[in-house]
Amino acid sequence: MSAQQEAAQAVESYAGERYKYGFVTDVEADSAPPGLDQDTIRFISAKKGEPEWLLAWRLKAFERWLQMEDEEPTWAKLHYPPIDYQGACYYSAPKSDADRPKSLDEVDPELLKTYEKLGIPLQEQEMLAGVAVDAVFDSVSVATTFKDKLAELGIIFCSISEAVKEHPELVQRYLGSVVPYSDNFFATLNSAVFTDGSFVYVPKGVRCPMELSTYFRINAANTGQFERTLVIADEGSYVSYLEGCTAPMRDENQLHAAVVELIALDDAEIKYSTVQNWYPGDAEGRGGIYNFVTKRGACRGANAKISWTQVETGSAITWKYPSCILQGDNSVGEFYSIAITNNRQQADTGTKMIHMGRNTKSRIVSKGIAAGRSDSTYRGLVRIQPRAEGARNHTQCDSLLIGATCGAHTVPYIESRNPTARVEHEATTSKISEDQLFYCRQRGIDEEDAVALIVNGFCREVLQELPMEFAVEAQKLVAISLEGSVG
Amino acid sequence: MLTIENLHATADGKPILNGLDLQVNAGEVHAVMGPNGSGKSTLSYVIAGREGYEVTQGSIAYQGQDLLAMSVEERALSGVFLAFQYPVEIPGVGSATFFKTAVNAARKHRGEKEYDAMEFLKLIREKRAALGIDDGMMRRALNVGFSGGEKKRNEMLQMALLEPTLAILDETDSGLDIDALKVVASGINGMRAPERAMVVITHYQRLLDHVVPDKVHVLSSGRIVRSGGSELALELERSGYAGLGLESSAAA
Ligand SMILES: Nc1ncnc2c1ncn2[C@@H]1O[C@H](COP(=O)(O)OP(=O)(O)OP(=O)(O)O)[C@@H](O)[C@H]1O
Ligand SMILES: [Mg+2]
Repeated sequence: MSAQQEAAQAVESYAGERYKYGFVTDVEADSAPPGLDQDTIRFISAKKGEPEWLLAWRLKAFERWLQMEDEEPTWAKLHYPPIDYQGACYYSAPKSDADRPKSLDEVDPELLKTYEKLGIPLQEQEMLAGVAVDAVFDSVSVATTFKDKLAELGIIFCSISEAVKEHPELVQRYLGSVVPYSDNFFATLNSAVFTDGSFVYVPKGVRCPMELSTYFRINAANTGQFERTLVIADEGSYVSYLEGCTAPMRDENQLHAAVVELIALDDAEIKYSTVQNWYPGDAEGRGGIYNFVTKRGACRGANAKISWTQVETGSAITWKYPSCILQGDNSVGEFYSIAITNNRQQADTGTKMIHMGRNTKSRIVSKGIAAGRSDSTYRGLVRIQPRAEGARNHTQCDSLLIGATCGAHTVPYIESRNPTARVEHEATTSKISEDQLFYCRQRGIDEEDAVALIVNGFCREVLQELPMEFAVEAQKLVAISLEGSVG
Repeated sequence: MLTIENLHATADGKPILNGLDLQVNAGEVHAVMGPNGSGKSTLSYVIAGREGYEVTQGSIAYQGQDLLAMSVEERALSGVFLAFQYPVEIPGVGSATFFKTAVNAARKHRGEKEYDAMEFLKLIREKRAALGIDDGMMRRALNVGFSGGEKKRNEMLQMALLEPTLAILDETDSGLDIDALKVVASGINGMRAPERAMVVITHYQRLLDHVVPDKVHVLSSGRIVRSGGSELALELERSGYAGLGLESSAAA
């Protein structure tokens, strides 16, 4: 039985028998019964006290999604059994403290072992493992000081549900402006049913003085499987946003379909870093998360810059192409990626750089590491529109194979419709050599550490793009992800 | 400290070492010479435990232990160090990072506290100055784009950091300019110690002018065919391997 079905069943038995004659919206209920129809969407929207326009938007998306039945993407090099969308549960209330572990003693020791290896402080471990809030140190006051400081600068950083209530004009203006509700199968599903996510607005000329991190909201909301994130950097502003966490996240929901939209206006810069380490399943790939994400940023203004950095080590299936639409003249898009697959994991990831403005530049550095019987594909598109005079792209795609049973593939698409553009693509595939391993081991470094060292070296260009906060943990994560891949 | 008896080893099914005997005591420096392809590097690999080299007969005892029963890293951690004839490049891994990982693996093995970044920097500063290695090299990826001489000095630096009990230096003098040769020689001499043994594989007397060996061995076709004092190297220098009645590689 899949985790999804299990979750569905659990909810079912908890919620009692299913309604026979369609679903009657019951706003008092904690959870929606499994299944997806208009009522489910009304229920979610009512639960969140949303304005009419947003409900209408969701319903439009849902209607579109129903027509997309045949549009579930099949072009990626991914294999998984059909997903039962009607078997899933689309809204469940956050766990109450009573259901949470009271202390780390009640948490899965395997999980704790990994926290230990990553060097995560005890207090953060408690947060990550979802220990009941009042048992956790005063994270609330930390978050409060943090919010006060941001508020002084006029920076808005809150959950998207809160933003819908407090800043509806911003949300209405930008939501779906980069990833329209009809964009693709998974984004459309997300638009219909998203439950929460983050919202950031940085006003004109403000440089956000700290890394904005989902860490701070970790126990504020159960972000759930359909996350929606919207980041807006107004003219001349700068923000660095960290998403995810190196610690393994367990989740009862097998399917994750998030949408992230970034908007950078004139001279603004957004740096978006992700570390994704969701449960990859067991050695045979059973029970792992399916991660179908749509991430896209628009450099709307001149000289805007959007930089994606990702370290993808978790999930059974990763389908993810953080992209940049370079509309403003001289705008810059960057994509730095590390994707590690082990055992039965499959990753099909890459980026799209759409050059529309003059002298737009993009840079792609992708490092794929495959071990075990896993499969890793880089899939990238560089498109130069006719108006993109003088556009430049440089793509570097490196794959590293560990062992003989894994696969790495590079699928670059280049469409240039302006003769002045220059697009460069370099790709390499290598293996960890016996010579390198012997050299390390002769120096007393055991095989597993040697592999970690060599792989970290291989990823260095990308690792150094990560904010300090993430970089050290990410290096350890690389090591942990490859455990058991040699010998 | 090291006792090799009747060692036979093959690579790819091809016999390379054919009944080699060698005895090295603590405090001694032995030079091993011999024509190209005679099996010198193979001997060093078999001692270090490299995969692909199969011991078909004989034994190696190291400090009373059966060396052949130990894994590569166990040998390294118990003090066996090999300076490679061809040091390996590891892209993206900073030299200092690599050295720190190695030194800390050894410290951990001995139950000592691992060095933090600051402590390690201090240690490495002392050691590299003596070998004329500049700081810039420490920040570059290990051996990547290093000149031949830089790679060899880098091996010496690792020996200095790891302070092995048994060091095998495989042609560490090859490719060095005259000044670098002196630096490396004084590095080796500086590490001579009563509790340490060194086996120096070389083709040239010029190294042995600086590092005077206790014993010199000539390896030919996978066997030690002559052993003697430091004068044996001088004799070789004068008359070549042919003068010993051996086939030189040029004649082979
Ligand atoms: N893995 C291997 N497979 C097959 N033959 C090998 C292998 N390794 C070494 N040999 C062969 O064994 C012989 C000895 O090689 P080795 O490298 O030990 O010589 P050497 O004495 O160190 O020579 P040099 O002075 O040129 O460094 C050579 O003929 C070499 O080609
Ligand atoms: Mg050799």
